[in-house]
Amino acid sequence: MPCVGDWLNSPLSIVQGIFAQSVANSDWEKKVTEYFKEKLKENNATHWVPSLNDVPVHYLKPNSLVKFRCMVQDMFDPEFYMGVYETVDPNTNARVLHFGKYRDVAECGPQQEIDLNSSQTVTSERQTFYCVPVPGESAWVKEISFLTDLVHLSPSTSYTPSRHKRSYEEDEDMDLHPSKQKEQHMGKSCCSGGDIHGCVEPKRLETEASAGHHVISPNCSPPLDLNFPLPGEKGPACLVKVYESWESFKVNDVLEVFGVLSVDPVLSIVNSEERDSSGLDAMECMDTAEEQRVHSPPASLVPRIHVILAQKLQHINPLLPTCLNEEESKTCEFVSNFMSELSPVRAELLGFLTHALLGDSVAAEYLILHLISTVYARRDVLPLGKFTVNLSGCPRNSAFTEHLYRLIQQLVPASYHLRMSIESMNHSRFIPHKDYTANRLVSGLLQLASNTSLLIDETLLEQGQLDTAGVRNVTALGNLITWQKVDYDFSYHRMEFPCNINVLITSEGRSLLPSDCQVHLQPQIIPPNMEEYMSSLLTAVLPSMLNKFRIYLSLLRLLDYSISDEVTKAVEEDFVEMRKNDPEGVTADDLHKMLLVARFLSLSAGQTTLSRERWLRARQLEALRKARLQQQKCVNGNEL
Amino acid sequence: MSSPASTPSRRRGKRGRGSNPSTPQDARSPPSQKRRTDDSTSTGDLQPMPTSPPADVQSPGAADALFSSPPQFRHSAIPLDFDISSPLTYGTPSSRVEGTPRSGARGTPIRQRPDLGSVRKARQVDLHSDGLAEDIVATEQSLGQKLVIWGTDVNVASCKEKFQRFLQRFIDPLDKEDEDIGLDLNEPRYMQRLQEINMVGEPFLNVNCDHLRSFDENLYRQLICYPQEVIPTFDMAANEIFFDRYPDSILEHQIQVRPYNALKTRNMRNLNPEDIDQLITISGMVIRSSQLIPEMQEAFFRCQVCAFTTRVEIDRGRIAEPSVCKNCNTTHSMALIHNRSMFSDKQMIKLQESPEDMPAGQTPHTVALFAHNDLVDKVQPGDRVNVTGIYRAVPIRVNPRVSSVKSVYKTHIDVIHYRKTDSKRLHGVDEETEQKRFTEERVEMLKELSKKPDIYERLALALAPSIYEHEDIKKGILLQLFGGSRKDFTHTGRGNFRAEINILLCGDPGTSKSQLLQYVYNLVPRGQYTSGKGSSAVGLTAYVMKDPETRQLVLQTGALVLSDNGICCIDEFDKMNESTRSVLHEVMEQQTLSIAKAGIICQLNARTSILAAANPIESQWNPKKTTIENIQLPHTLLSRFDLIFLMLDPRDEAYDRRLARHLVSLYYQSEEKMEEEYMDMAVLRDYIAYARSYVNPRLGEEASQALIEAYVDMRKIGSGRGMVSAYPRQLESLIRLAEAHAKVRFSDKVETIDVEEAKRLHREALKQSATDPRTGIVDISILTTGMSATARKRKEELAQALRKLIQSKGKAPSLKYQQLLDDLRAQSDTAVTKEMFEEALRALADEDFLTVTGKTVRLL
Repeated sequence: MPCVGDWLNSPLSIVQGIFAQSVANSDWEKKVTEYFKEKLKENNATHWVPSLNDVPVHYLKPNSLVKFRCMVQDMFDPEFYMGVYETVDPNTNARVLHFGKYRDVAECGPQQEIDLNSSQTVTSERQTFYCVPVPGESAWVKEISFLTDLVHLSPSTSYTPSRHKRSYEEDEDMDLHPSKQKEQHMGKSCCSGGDIHGCVEPKRLETEASAGHHVISPNCSPPLDLNFPLPGEKGPACLVKVYESWESFKVNDVLEVFGVLSVDPVLSIVNSEERDSSGLDAMECMDTAEEQRVHSPPASLVPRIHVILAQKLQHINPLLPTCLNEEESKTCEFVSNFMSELSPVRAELLGFLTHALLGDSVAAEYLILHLISTVYARRDVLPLGKFTVNLSGCPRNSAFTEHLYRLIQQLVPASYHLRMSIESMNHSRFIPHKDYTANRLVSGLLQLASNTSLLIDETLLEQGQLDTAGVRNVTALGNLITWQKVDYDFSYHRMEFPCNINVLITSEGRSLLPSDCQVHLQPQIIPPNMEEYMSSLLTAVLPSMLNKFRIYLSLLRLLDYSISDEVTKAVEEDFVEMRKNDPEGVTADDLHKMLLVARFLSLSAGQTTLSRERWLRARQLEALRKARLQQQKCVNGNEL
Repeated sequence: MSSPASTPSRRRGKRGRGSNPSTPQDARSPPSQKRRTDDSTSTGDLQPMPTSPPADVQSPGAADALFSSPPQFRHSAIPLDFDISSPLTYGTPSSRVEGTPRSGARGTPIRQRPDLGSVRKARQVDLHSDGLAEDIVATEQSLGQKLVIWGTDVNVASCKEKFQRFLQRFIDPLDKEDEDIGLDLNEPRYMQRLQEINMVGEPFLNVNCDHLRSFDENLYRQLICYPQEVIPTFDMAANEIFFDRYPDSILEHQIQVRPYNALKTRNMRNLNPEDIDQLITISGMVIRSSQLIPEMQEAFFRCQVCAFTTRVEIDRGRIAEPSVCKNCNTTHSMALIHNRSMFSDKQMIKLQESPEDMPAGQTPHTVALFAHNDLVDKVQPGDRVNVTGIYRAVPIRVNPRVSSVKSVYKTHIDVIHYRKTDSKRLHGVDEETEQKRFTEERVEMLKELSKKPDIYERLALALAPSIYEHEDIKKGILLQLFGGSRKDFTHTGRGNFRAEINILLCGDPGTSKSQLLQYVYNLVPRGQYTSGKGSSAVGLTAYVMKDPETRQLVLQTGALVLSDNGICCIDEFDKMNESTRSVLHEVMEQQTLSIAKAGIICQLNARTSILAAANPIESQWNPKKTTIENIQLPHTLLSRFDLIFLMLDPRDEAYDRRLARHLVSLYYQSEEKMEEEYMDMAVLRDYIAYARSYVNPRLGEEASQALIEAYVDMRKIGSGRGMVSAYPRQLESLIRLAEAHAKVRFSDKVETIDVEEAKRLHREALKQSATDPRTGIVDISILTTGMSATARKRKEELAQALRKLIQSKGKAPSLKYQQLLDDLRAQSDTAVTKEMFEEALRALADEDFLTVTGKTVRLL
């Protein structure tokens, strides 16, 4: 890699080069994207690019190439900017053309002036997205993606590994006192142990520090709300400026962007100047102070990225190749390799989850099905492939759900634990709403990326009075589960945003929220010390096995599936038969459920078509589950 | 040439060469003359207008002269041709006429238009790269030999001439607009408007760009591309005509032309750099409006030494403070006098994309608007408006201390015209927006589709394809989506006939009723979805709220009003409380909502179709009971539904088999395959929208006959058994259904096949919901009176039996309640419940035969 440093450290000079070469024609923009696409295709090249997710902003060189894995939280209005502009030297009258793309500031030399009236000026349009790190991203995702980058990181980056050493220690330090972190944790308190060590902490601390610093500074009185969907989230929020095909991106999409980092302090200076100036200037700036604050926050806190390349991510699991659809031999190889050892992995995972669910293997089976479920299509309003499981009969007050969540967190790339209580239902912000004074979408708990696992803990819910907000929140949860959509509140109207969130509800009795299937937990063992039991469970799993679990769950979700005509016939027959035998008990709904179970059962075994055996197994499972519920009803009936 | 006979001399005078005949061709005056004019005008005179205000100040007569009589012109230093061709003169503040107000053009002050000129601050972003569109200088075009405004192809004189011709001649008898009350459509529309201005005194002339386009395509193009130059020309033209006609009229200021409905109507999302400085119309919703900002237009300075005064116009947002007094040559002696400076009102408004225009999964865009003078405070947050204005982009101001500049422009729109869309929505159908949605190809495609013989079945199949079968229900909903024709019988005293079809779905839980409702709600543009459980009467109708800021009472509309001209889907209809339901009575028949709250009494239109879903009271449908008994809804409400469907789970092997196959296919088909199979939701939506706005079927002769027969038949069925099985309400339903079916076919005439289908569907629905479970006979009185005829008959029989029983007991004055019941039971051959017995007692009590007190029955 001879000129790696060049395109990594000063991508703008490369752009300048291309611009100068083909200044006459307008295809220089295309050439630039092609150049960088080529560069990034090279072996492991994407890993050389420092990631804003892992490296604190102030370690990164301004105007260098960075990458950022993020979710689009809000979209701002399009901007018109000077795509090409001309500068004049007043002394010599020499005119020079510059490009304004990938820049916030139109630069010119000390002796030059920008000619605003030049006929060469080209006005172009770009779109700004407000992006936040993927909400609820598990700690292991951050660690692994960071470590893979670290291996490849080119020495030219200013963020030297020596700094890491210190952070390692800090990190371990932190792990010794997990209790300290508990409140604000998003899954960092339990570390997988073994070979991987989290290097996430230093960045967090540092951003925290810089944020804290800002609070103190007199310039900016109230701390800036970075608008993370989930409380307690950390990480840089970013203004991502997109130059091409921004129509294809949607709110809540997960993106990986490669672009030029811009932290030019001028941005902030311009703002403060505007604020200081009085009279006429106040009229000039048509936005309220609030809007100003939100739309152009200090660059040190919310850096800008000028996107050269952006792609939507299907998943954020760093253990998988980024794009699985590509007809690349590498990915095919990876998939087929993994498929060959699928069944032992499944068996291990089932065992692991059975232990986690206190020895209930049926519940564990359903949990696997739930974890690989995903909305694969929508038939008019009906989402297909959602599989909300209600795990009833959970022991109360034993922190069971808490620990179950920690285990799940270790398995899925993004998750959130929603503890339902009267208090939290009445006071949390579930639905994102538009703040018209600041002109932004204020995020809510339910603004989550696709395939996020949401564990709703109903065991904590007490009797009490829900207020209007509470009722709205519960309705929103219900809508989310039934229709897989969230109605964002735009105050004058509501807007529907489809989503794809795996909801798992733990409750004592039947949940008050709707669900696709209710599984009653039948614990075989009641460990005296839940905490000890659960953590020993985690340490018992080999880290390599844990990684396999992770691949398993992410990969199977992306597989295609079909049913042959033959099996369709058999299913038909079966259904007719069932209806004959029990016309009251079997409805179309039951068939829906059975087909869902069959689908995920087949997929969980790596089979992409439904076989007769799987179908029978699905029926069997369903029957087992129903029998349990029936039994439970009887027990309750007797008690009453 | 239709110029008014009374004014030729005047007009001629204005065009400057008194000797020329006043034909329009001459307006473009011979090139040689123009050139001479140009030559004679020194550059110093040409250049000054916007940039050097003092020149104007010293000759206040210059602008005034524009409208003065010809002799004055001849003596004027500034050649006439130039004067006319420089609209900027017009906008200069110093052109205010000081002195006694007089009538006529001379006396009426010109008011400047900040909406056109306020952003002459910096160089405009110019994409045509042919220079500035800012300073207007008359130049010669080498080829055309015409005078045009620099940077444009606008020739002021001809432009004005054309516009005057437009005003005087434009007639379009077919085009009817809301505001056209009292206009004679066969007379020139805008001349009538001018007359209105004369009477009302509001000096604004709204001009529909669509009219202009149909009149003169080129003029329209110029208006769109160079609004800043063309609109002042229009102003001049309008004023000339106006003051020719009404020389004695007194207006506050001169007439300003406000074009609207520029056909280049844009979705906010489609605005791009090419639209800068053009006239655009966009629609959206106001989300925020700023307070009034006084913007200085002209500063007034006085020398503190010699009291010499001078005015300085704002240039690019700045006041160039005179550093030297011109009179006494003292430096830095000029002081700003606030009181005598000129300010104009300005307001910043944020407009957000309307929700319909938004692509799925994205957040709405916003755009800033600047409203000036009269347009300030014309709109409030929450209003839906169509805004016509000039799109501007201004570079963020160069900071003197930093050499680099932010490379981003600020964009905004200078508002020229507002049109509120929601106020209109309350009054009438908003057809304008719907009409625009269809391209010609689309219409062609839809028409092609409508010719298919099985279009009705096809559409029904396309409706909620994920819901299996229930074909008749889907057909019913389809007809509901199309609706009947609107009829107006106000003049005969019956008011509007309802054109909307109401449907009630009831049936077992889990039969995808909610899913159907959700689908319909997602399909129609103005649909509302509420659940009976969660909605109160207030939420459905409207409520009065006090705005916390303005302390103003505001009427907030609820679901029913919001779904005016749409469909209101109400789930869990049975769970709605009594008072809420009572609101629906008015809505479902009269299609209005009356509100009397907090001093606001009003009647709102709620022409909404209602699609309701109800669960049976016992959670499972009891086939032994009637519909009314099953869902426990008042029959007064039920009879207002045109169709009531039962959604039951059929117990049938063949059905099960098909259902299974359907569901299985759901679980492996990929998304693309599904879309192929069924008609696209978008096509369906367009088809319905098109039919709703363009097809208005009327009953044909045959169809009327068929309807009459159908109605008579229905009455006959019942009369044989002493029951009435149809009421006029049912006939109306039939008519609506038939009309809707004709709409499906895009037919302007209701024909027999439509009536047949209406009959079939109506019968089908009746069969399901109005069948007397005891006799198995369709009996409409179940829905209209809540009780089947047989049940009523039985009740009477029982009462008679009881009377006989009591009479047979002889003269006993009082009887034991329980005793009587037992006796009656023993005597009767059918089971007598306590309720039936009590009813019989009550019937007898009504006949004054007996009274019931506690547990004893007394004879009277």
